[in-house]
Amino acid sequence: MRADGPPAGCAAAAAERADVVVVGAGPAGLAAAAVLAGAGLSVLVLEREGEPGGVPRHCGHSPYGMREFGRVMGGRAYAARLAERARRAGAQIRPGVAVVALRPGPRLLVTAAGGPAEIAADQVLLATGAREGSRAARGLGGTRPGGVLNTGALQGLVYLERLRPFRRPVVLGTELVSFSALLTCRHAGIRPVLMVGEGPAVEARWPAALLPRLLGVPLRLSTRIEAIEGRDRVEAVILRGPGGLWREAADGVVVTGRFRPESALVTASHLRLDPRTRGPEVDEFGRCSDGAFFAAGNLLRGVETAGTCWSEGRAVARAMLAARAGRLPEGVARPLAIEGGALAWALPQRLAGDGTVPPAFPAIQAGAARCARGRLVLRAGGAETASAERAVRPHRSLRLPLPPPGAEPVLAFEEEP
Amino acid sequence: MAEDRFDAAVIGAGVVGAAAARALALAGARVVVLEKAADILDGASKANSAILHTGFDAPPGSIESACLAEGYAEYRRIHARLGLPLLESGALVLAWTEEEEARLPALIEQAQLNGVSDVEPLGAAALRACEPGLGPGLRAGFRVPGEHLVDPWSAPLAYLHQAAAHGAVIRRACEVQGGTWDGALWRLETGGDPVQARVVVNAAGLWGDVVDERLLGRRRFAIRPRKGQFVVYDKTAFGLTRHILLPVPSATTKGVVVCRTVWGNLLVGPTAEDQDDRTTAVLDPAVLEALRRRGEAILPALSGHEPTAAYAGLRPATEDKDYRIGHDPDRAYVTLGGIRSTGLSAALGLAARLVRMLEGQGATQGWIPPADPVWPVLPNLAETAPRDWQRPGHGGIVCHCEMVTRREILAALEGSLGARTLGGLKRRTRVTMGRCQGFYCTPALARLTAGRLDPPLAEPLEADGAR
Ligand SMILES: Cc1cc2nc3c(=O)[nH]c(=O)nc-3n(C[C@H](O)[C@H](O)[C@H](O)COP(=O)(O)OP(=O)(O)OC[C@H]3O[C@@H](n4cnc5c(N)ncnc54)[C@H](O)[C@@H]3O)c2cc1C
Ligand SMILES: Cc1cc2nc3c(=O)[nH]c(=O)nc-3n(C[C@H](O)[C@H](O)[C@H](O)COP(=O)(O)OP(=O)(O)OC[C@H]3O[C@@H](n4cnc5c(N)ncnc54)[C@H](O)[C@@H]3O)c2cc1C
Repeated sequence: MRADGPPAGCAAAAAERADVVVVGAGPAGLAAAAVLAGAGLSVLVLEREGEPGGVPRHCGHSPYGMREFGRVMGGRAYAARLAERARRAGAQIRPGVAVVALRPGPRLLVTAAGGPAEIAADQVLLATGAREGSRAARGLGGTRPGGVLNTGALQGLVYLERLRPFRRPVVLGTELVSFSALLTCRHAGIRPVLMVGEGPAVEARWPAALLPRLLGVPLRLSTRIEAIEGRDRVEAVILRGPGGLWREAADGVVVTGRFRPESALVTASHLRLDPRTRGPEVDEFGRCSDGAFFAAGNLLRGVETAGTCWSEGRAVARAMLAARAGRLPEGVARPLAIEGGALAWALPQRLAGDGTVPPAFPAIQAGAARCARGRLVLRAGGAETASAERAVRPHRSLRLPLPPPGAEPVLAFEEEP
Repeated sequence: MAEDRFDAAVIGAGVVGAAAARALALAGARVVVLEKAADILDGASKANSAILHTGFDAPPGSIESACLAEGYAEYRRIHARLGLPLLESGALVLAWTEEEEARLPALIEQAQLNGVSDVEPLGAAALRACEPGLGPGLRAGFRVPGEHLVDPWSAPLAYLHQAAAHGAVIRRACEVQGGTWDGALWRLETGGDPVQARVVVNAAGLWGDVVDERLLGRRRFAIRPRKGQFVVYDKTAFGLTRHILLPVPSATTKGVVVCRTVWGNLLVGPTAEDQDDRTTAVLDPAVLEALRRRGEAILPALSGHEPTAAYAGLRPATEDKDYRIGHDPDRAYVTLGGIRSTGLSAALGLAARLVRMLEGQGATQGWIPPADPVWPVLPNLAETAPRDWQRPGHGGIVCHCEMVTRREILAALEGSLGARTLGGLKRRTRVTMGRCQGFYCTPALARLTAGRLDPPLAEPLEADGAR
């Protein structure tokens, strides 16, 4: 089989086919491929980058691999191990192939160095991951010079290309990935002038919050970037904090976090998209609105750790095997209702289980729209099935066990007045 | 030859200078284009709404009206041969208030006077039948079937390519600092070797008055840049309207437009904000937010979509609404100035007018037009025709959001008109201009463009500092 698709003029020839096509060779896609190929299926993993591995491929730092390999590893080694496992199980990984459209069938329109082609499968797993919010999505004003990057781009430059885009940037954000940006800067001899967070507290959990002090990077909270200055390159950043407006000389800006699913394929397809997660709508088996398509990993809702995505990939792969054996319930699914303005999203968006097959997602996952304190409650048919007292804040996910099958589920957040 | 001698020197490689260079070269002149920026399209032509205007709302009898009519017709005639797109969408002019509604009849009459005779008055229900997504409060309007969408960067690039195919020399990073007329020839000072030309065309856009002053010793008008900010939505919003949605224009601006782009996006903008600065167009988050709200009032479904980018451009406005065309036959000098808000559409008409002015003055004597002009075909970036990724051998996708291939990027870096800045590369290929704004493709792009762009995307990690 050719890695670069059919030769010119053959686009109309019979489409290639596999039992399962996995779109995206990150931790979720590779984990699933290993399970599916291990069960004897022909599995084709399509990855648009030049190498498999997904985001960890360009994360030079730890920690990765605790859950998967029982030890802490760097991102690149971890990515290579995941790819190796999938290959050894018999999956065929094809880098440099971009999936450009999803069609019922399922049929996939792809394009690679050689040109476009079509691939058919019985089942498709979507595992295209998530990306950080852009400068535009964050509403940053000012000019549009070079040197304004996300963490993902910065890490790719540093770890894959051994390049340095700036020396004295401002780092925007205090999520886990923001601290990953600080580590990357240190590795590349880049000295951030400042780390700024829009909220009153650091968004990442405790140990990461110690990092700026350890690395000697000043941290300013309740501060926003008002404007970026500079024509070709960033020259300064105008900031507004509790003390008012000031100008900080800098030659770059790292715009970190605010992940969103890389769901362009889903949006343009026949599959239903959940406007809250901006990912595909799924049931607790990871099944999309067209039952031949499944989804796992960050595509579902934005960022979780690689280990979580890896587990999701494996679990959804097992559900796909159950579907092939005709064991997944086919009845009408019950939509999960969301109550309370503090909740931004929740998944799975519908429940289809009848108790015969274990779900791929053992818990309802949810995210908060804002900081709030109160009780997260799951009800089914009026009866409470799970609850937790919680202080919630955005960019930290919440979980409650799935309700028993049957009644209409409602996830509510009862805010303390 | 220590000094280059040309038939005509065009100052400025914006859309107006590019069209002028093309027309002069096709008239048989040996042309030089002098552009002060590192790349072409660095001024007003860098950012606009990309609408091919019919001129229905131009002041009747104005130079602008005449140039729009001619430029529009010429674009329609030549675009396919240059590989340039034309997204035929038509426009709806929408009145949302009683006062706007009262102005509709006069606007329709104005369109007739401008020779745009196919406008069609429509009531609210008929407008909604055309565009079911329109928001509440709509009163009445009319349809202008001929308003269409184009690629604002490929068009001037194509004009320059065609000029170059007929011998035009394009010098970038070459600022005209002064010059003298010796009765037969202009001698232009550029910091490097002086350039000699029999005819000079000032197409310096946002600096048109400054160039007049440098060469003629006086300003015939004063440029007062008028900023326009835009919000760009992702491909998912492309389907929300087919027509270009225009407001009822006011005395100073065409107002906030909602329209598609040939690349498959949706735009909301521009604003009209006067400023002194001729070089920087600053984005103001509060203004962008207001634009979003305006867009959502016009098309409520937009509220479910996230902006992928924002940008701003500067119009070369003057104290007068009309273009500022100056002709100094004694010195063989023409100024195409103050081409404020319709230059993309009018450029080819302005260029034809320029050639006629020079003919009238006898300056074109001895020029021999090519018998069989060359038609360079530009790579297609628009969704209206097949893209490179749909063809064999493209070398792989580099920018996944805008589907830009390795072959397209390498081609855009090549040749005498190749990109030299990241901005120039974006305008030639659309790389990094999509929803991820470089999250995925920056590393690969830095590798592909190493040593080709100034400033570079990044520098090598040396032994110092790096571990
Ligand atoms: C900067 C950064 C630092 C991080 N640090 C850590 C850490 O230290 N520890 C940790 O546990 N987690 C970390 N994470 C999170 C972790 O890397 C991700 O959660 C994990 O990689 C998600 O796995 P995934 O398989 O869902 O998606 P991804 O890893 O994003 O993989 C998706 C893959 O799909 C491919 N793809 C997308 N669209 C298409 C298409 N149309 N056709 C073909 N292929 C496509 C992409 O190229 C990509 O390779 C970090 C994340 C980032 C961004
Ligand atoms: C927000 C906005 C929306 C618009 N929408 C539309 C639209 O939808 N349709 C439409 O038809 N038009 C539109 N326009 C108008 C159109 O963009 C302008 O009319 C057009 O770009 C003007 O082009 P120009 O070549 O005259 O000027 P410029 O593009 O400014 O070109 C002048 C060039 O001269 C160079 N230069 C200056 N001084 C010197 C010197 N001394 N030596 C050498 N070079 C020099 C500059 O660097 C520059 O590249 C819009 C404009 C804006 C700002």
